[in-house]
Order: sequence, then structure tokens, then C-alpha cells
Amino acid sequence: MSVNDRSDADAAILPAVGWALARDIRVALRSKAELGVQLLFYVIVVSLFPLATSPSREVLSTLGPGVLWTTALLASLLSLSRLFAGDFHDGTLEQIALSPRPLAALVSGKIVAHWLTTGLPVALLAPLLGAQYALDGTVLGTLMVSLLLGTPILSLLGAVGAALTLGTRGGGSLLALLVLPLYAPVLIFGAGAVDAVRAGLSAAPHLSLLGAGLLLALVAAPLAVSAAVRIALD
Amino acid sequence: MTPASATHVLDAQRLAARRGYATLFTGVTFRVQDGEALFVSGPNGSGKTTLLRMTAGLTAPAEGELRWQGDAVRPFDARLREVVAFNGHLPALKDELTPEENLAAWIALDDATARDDAIAEALDAVALARQRQLPVRVLSQGQRRRIGLARLRLVRRPLWILDEPLTALDAQGIEALGALLDAHLAAGGLCIAASHQPLPAARERTRTLSLVPAAA
Repeated sequence: MSVNDRSDADAAILPAVGWALARDIRVALRSKAELGVQLLFYVIVVSLFPLATSPSREVLSTLGPGVLWTTALLASLLSLSRLFAGDFHDGTLEQIALSPRPLAALVSGKIVAHWLTTGLPVALLAPLLGAQYALDGTVLGTLMVSLLLGTPILSLLGAVGAALTLGTRGGGSLLALLVLPLYAPVLIFGAGAVDAVRAGLSAAPHLSLLGAGLLLALVAAPLAVSAAVRIALD
Repeated sequence: MTPASATHVLDAQRLAARRGYATLFTGVTFRVQDGEALFVSGPNGSGKTTLLRMTAGLTAPAEGELRWQGDAVRPFDARLREVVAFNGHLPALKDELTPEENLAAWIALDDATARDDAIAEALDAVALARQRQLPVRVLSQGQRRRIGLARLRLVRRPLWILDEPLTALDAQGIEALGALLDAHLAAGGLCIAASHQPLPAARERTRTLSLVPAAA
């Protein structure tokens, strides 16, 4: 690894991130139906809870942040299998791993593309869907901010799981088992931020912890993913 | 850019491969240098693909080592990644994109600033000029393989590793592959190819390595 790492650091990182990002976004935009399915899943699941529980404002506003965050987790999980599996099965991953560009940067680009096509729309839709739960403006704002900080962590952690389960049989369910526990801290701080605001407290501590988690995942996840991809290709 | 500007030597020393508990081959030693091709033959399951993936730097050998320019290289070694062009069983094409877009992406990844007409030219050379704006989804297996050939031509790498390059190609495609290989070897390139049929090129510069299944 030492030799590889040194030359990886020498090579330009940003062009490699940009390359993978542009390619994945382009492919995603050509298969819009898939993107639509995930967003629709999010919208429908979030809208089912008010139907299944009580219409009382009290109950709904208590449930709301938790439901929106949990569903965001599931929506992210649903799209994870798409992150590397397609590239693995058509040989793209092989070629990416053999290219002189740093693999960690290339997978980072793919992760950013995943977030832009799943996490970002989920975060932007959240205030709209949150209105069903009788949450007021400040709470909805906090919800969106917490999702904007938290969903990239979901993409980064999920990418590690997706790369580790490449080529395994029943990868999809294994992926859920592997990733959902890792998502738990994100859920706790994300939903916690919204609850704090509802209780009249500051969301800053929760959001700071989410931000710190994001920075940590941003540094560590691409390295873990590139190691896992190389193992999967062996 | 031109492979001829430097001398390239790939050495394999007593390579062995295991898959699970089964030994595929042991003691495979060969040397390939400028302008030479190594033709790997052997029955199904003898480890041709594994040997090729080892030389491409995708798989670690169970024993032995691979040397590029005399230096031992391990899987995903940066020195190897600079020089190798690997055409495996998988086409590495995105169904949603056109042949042109697929090739442009691979060239961009390679940092090679190819002119736009170079892609059109390369697609023309493999008789895909009319299909260059269609999504790859609608192309046949053979046409996908041809895009792979166009990629070899565009990303100028000295070491070609081709796994079953003749699969799904028609007579005209095989001819195009032959011409491509001849030009590559004449320019001092190296090639390692595995196939069940003889390579359509440069017989006098090609040596054959027969993989015999290792005794269980």
C-alpha cells in the first residue's frame, strides 16, 4: 500500500473526483425513472404515517422528525445497491481501479453523485413533507439543515457497506444489516436536532456533532471504499 | 506517448494461482518485451483469465512475482496502472451512454487529450461510425467488443492484456483486431492475450504459453 499511497497523493485529486461525478450524474439523468422511484418511495412512506396513526397535532408533531429521518435512512439504503453494483457487473469498476488516477478520489466522485441524486432531493423535500406533521417553520428549517448535514454521511457510510458487499450473494439484505447500525448515530443526532428545537432548545450541539461526523466520514470513507473495491476485484 | 520511446519488459516469475482449495497453475514463468506478444492457451478452467488478471495487476499471485522494468509490482501498483490496458470479459460500457460518450469518458480518465475526430476515427476503424450516437444498450455483443477495440487504440498504453479478444467478433471484426495488434506490436507495444483461437496477427512475434491444469 505504501507505494500506491504515495503516488496517489501526487496525482491530481479534484479532476478525478470531477470525472466520476460527471459520469455518474450523466448516467443517472439518462435513467430518471430509477431516481423517481426512490423519491416517490420517500414521499409515500412519509405520508403513510399520518394515515396509520392519529390525526392529532400533538402526536404528529412528536412523531414527525423521527419518521422523516428514518425514512431518509431507508431511501438512502434503497439506492445504495446502485452505487457500485452496476459498475462492478459491467466492468467499469475494474477499469477505474486500473486507471492511473487515485481510486479514493474516483469513488469520492461517485459518492458525491449518489448524494446529489438521492440525499439532496430528500433534504429539500423534507420541509414540504414535514408540513403534514404539523411542524412549524423553524422546526422544518432545522429538519432540512440536519438532513443536509446528515444525508452526505449516509452516502459515505453506505458506500463503505456497498463496496464491502460487492460480489456477495444476497448482497442487498446483507448491506442493510451492515449499514443500518452505522446509520444509528446519524439518526440520533439528526432527529435530536429537530427535537431540541421543538423543545425550545438550541440545535447547535447536535448539528455540530453531525458536521464533525461528516468531516470524519469525508476523510475516512473514500479510503475504506477504495480498499474494499480492490478486495472485491481480486 | 509512443511505446517505442522506451524499452518495456514484463517478467513473470514462477506465478501460481489458487482459487479456494484448487490450484489452477504453478510455476508460470515468462518474459514479454517490446514488440512481442504472448499467446496464452489452455482448456476451460486452466486459469487463463486468472493469469491475465494477475498480469494486469488485479489479482495477487498465490506465489511468485511480477516484474515491470525489473521492479517487482504488486496488484494496483501505480507503475503498472500507468502502462496497462486491460480488455477483460466485461465491456466496461455504460448502456445509457453512446459509444462516443463512453470512449470520451475513458479518454478523459486517462488524461489523454484526444481530439474529437480521433474518437470518430477510431469508431470508423471498427465499422461503428453509424452507431456512434446510439445508446450502447441497443448494440450487439460484437459491437460492444468493437468499442473495446476502439478504446485500445485511443488510450495509448504499451501493455495490452486481452482476455478472449475474439469472442463475439465477426470476420471483419477479427480483421480489425489483427490490424490493430499488428500496428501495436510494430510500434513496440506488448501484448498478452488469451484465446481458444489463434490470434489474427503477427505470428512471428508471438510466443505461446500453454497452461496445463495442475495436478490436483
